[in-house]
Amino acid sequence: MEATIPLLKVDSAGIRFGGLKAVSAVNVELFPGELVGLIGPNGAGKTTFFNLLTGVYVPTEGTITLNGENLKKLPPYKITRKGISRTFQNIRLFSELSVIDNVKVAYHSLAKHTIVGSIFRLPGHFSGESDMDEKALEFLRIFNLDHFKDEKAKNLPYGQQRRLEIARALAANPKLLLLDEPAAGMNPHETEELMNLIAFIRKEFNLTVLLIEHDMSLVMGVCERIYVLDHGQLIAHGKPEEIRNDPKVIEAYLGEEVS
Amino acid sequence: MTILKKSKGFWLSIVVALIFFGIMQFFIANGMLNPFYINTLMFIGINIMLATSLHLIIGITGQFSIGHAGFLAVGAYASAVMTMKLEFPFIVAVLAGGIFAAVAGMVIGIPSLRLKGDYLAIATLGFGEIVRIILLNIEYVGGASGMQVSHLTTWPWVFACVMITVIVIRNFTNSTHGRACISVREDETAADAMGINTTYYKVAAFVIGAFFAGVAGSLYAHNFYIIQPSNFGFLKSFDILIFVVLGGLGSLSGSVLAAILLTIVTTFLQDYPETRMIIYSLVLILMMIFRPQGLMGTREITALFTHKKTKGDQKDGSHNTVA
Repeated sequence: MEATIPLLKVDSAGIRFGGLKAVSAVNVELFPGELVGLIGPNGAGKTTFFNLLTGVYVPTEGTITLNGENLKKLPPYKITRKGISRTFQNIRLFSELSVIDNVKVAYHSLAKHTIVGSIFRLPGHFSGESDMDEKALEFLRIFNLDHFKDEKAKNLPYGQQRRLEIARALAANPKLLLLDEPAAGMNPHETEELMNLIAFIRKEFNLTVLLIEHDMSLVMGVCERIYVLDHGQLIAHGKPEEIRNDPKVIEAYLGEEVS
Repeated sequence: MTILKKSKGFWLSIVVALIFFGIMQFFIANGMLNPFYINTLMFIGINIMLATSLHLIIGITGQFSIGHAGFLAVGAYASAVMTMKLEFPFIVAVLAGGIFAAVAGMVIGIPSLRLKGDYLAIATLGFGEIVRIILLNIEYVGGASGMQVSHLTTWPWVFACVMITVIVIRNFTNSTHGRACISVREDETAADAMGINTTYYKVAAFVIGAFFAGVAGSLYAHNFYIIQPSNFGFLKSFDILIFVVLGGLGSLSGSVLAAILLTIVTTFLQDYPETRMIIYSLVLILMMIFRPQGLMGTREITALFTHKKTKGDQKDGSHNTVA
């Protein structure tokens, strides 16, 4: 795009599992503040691509840089601390922990009190913990989850669990937020609410968001740019209306054209 | 204010535990308690330490480890060597027992933490056996015939160590570090994605757990006049594992309660040697049928104080929370 420096630059990255090229030669650039969609048919490699970005898999080719810094071989927790945070396609909350504790876990890497401080209950422990309490509660308020704060995460209704997962990802203080099918399983009303929320947090926290989504109307509606992945390769990228009319995309993703 | 409210059960438990300690100490000092009961009391204390230290590894961090007797053995032998061979005072021996076991915990922890679930269980089981076989073959510590140890463990020692163990593990668990460990147990991938250094916390749990198992080993060694490698076989590891599972995975007071109950049950079943294992097994089977989540589930006794203050003033029951 313009002259700005990309926040995330993926340069012909890919991964093969044995002989299978799950993702190959993907080039993606995300600029600060963008809301970008990543679509593709089932098994196209979207989630694998997320796993590459977050360090769950180490790319076997190409490079991934965040703010000019190479992320290669960093373990996932370090990548998160550098500023990439994510949600999961199949919700992965800490189900036995309370709602607020789920958020506090994400805030852990910013905590200053040490194990020794906590064991001996030094002053740093108390200030650190109450700091976390406040911060976590703040996130829960934004997501309208504060009245559930002492509930176990597994007891929340499905839609709320999705929201909690986003709140938790946000608490890790990311620059780039990766959302893996955040609206999966939601009804249209919930989806709309969710989209408003994403738009809101993006402004509020100055975020860049990369979104995997199946709901086409949703992706077309909110994303500024869209990447299309099929069989592990980028087949198109551009503005929603360009994607909508791209014959390759229509063939791969939306099915054969019905003229 | 919330902090005070939250820790009310904690302070109440401490007070009750101290009262319990005072009464027992009074009985012992005046010779009103026969040695059999004193010994049972100490054994309960040692088992509480073993149960709570394993609770940190399995119940909190979710690392299925069944080599806990290995740490117990390392602590027992290290402290016995300290007092019997090198003639250090008991306190040094107790600390040394803990530290040696903690080092063992780190050594076993780092490589085996690439393993998960069943594989980790097998690796830790192997570790326990390796420790036992090594001790069996060191002449310096007496080999199979074991090592004479003088009786230095007293009720105040046991009580102090139990208190420290339980409080440290409780404080660790109720902090951001404990939550990090629980997040590893709940979903390691998600914990990693949330910026938790999962390896670090797994090793930390092993090191802290092993340390207290080692301290328990020091007390154990100096309570029995003689230690032999055969005392630390895998059956011992399973005994400790049973405390944790029976108490309810994830519940500190549950492991304490189970350690107390099962120690008492086994002690009194010694009068019926021919049916002992059958009754013990039946207790376990019935327990698992009627309360598969363990005595306490994942809850803590202290929760009873904060919600229903009137309950739990029975001396023995509330004592369980901390000691």
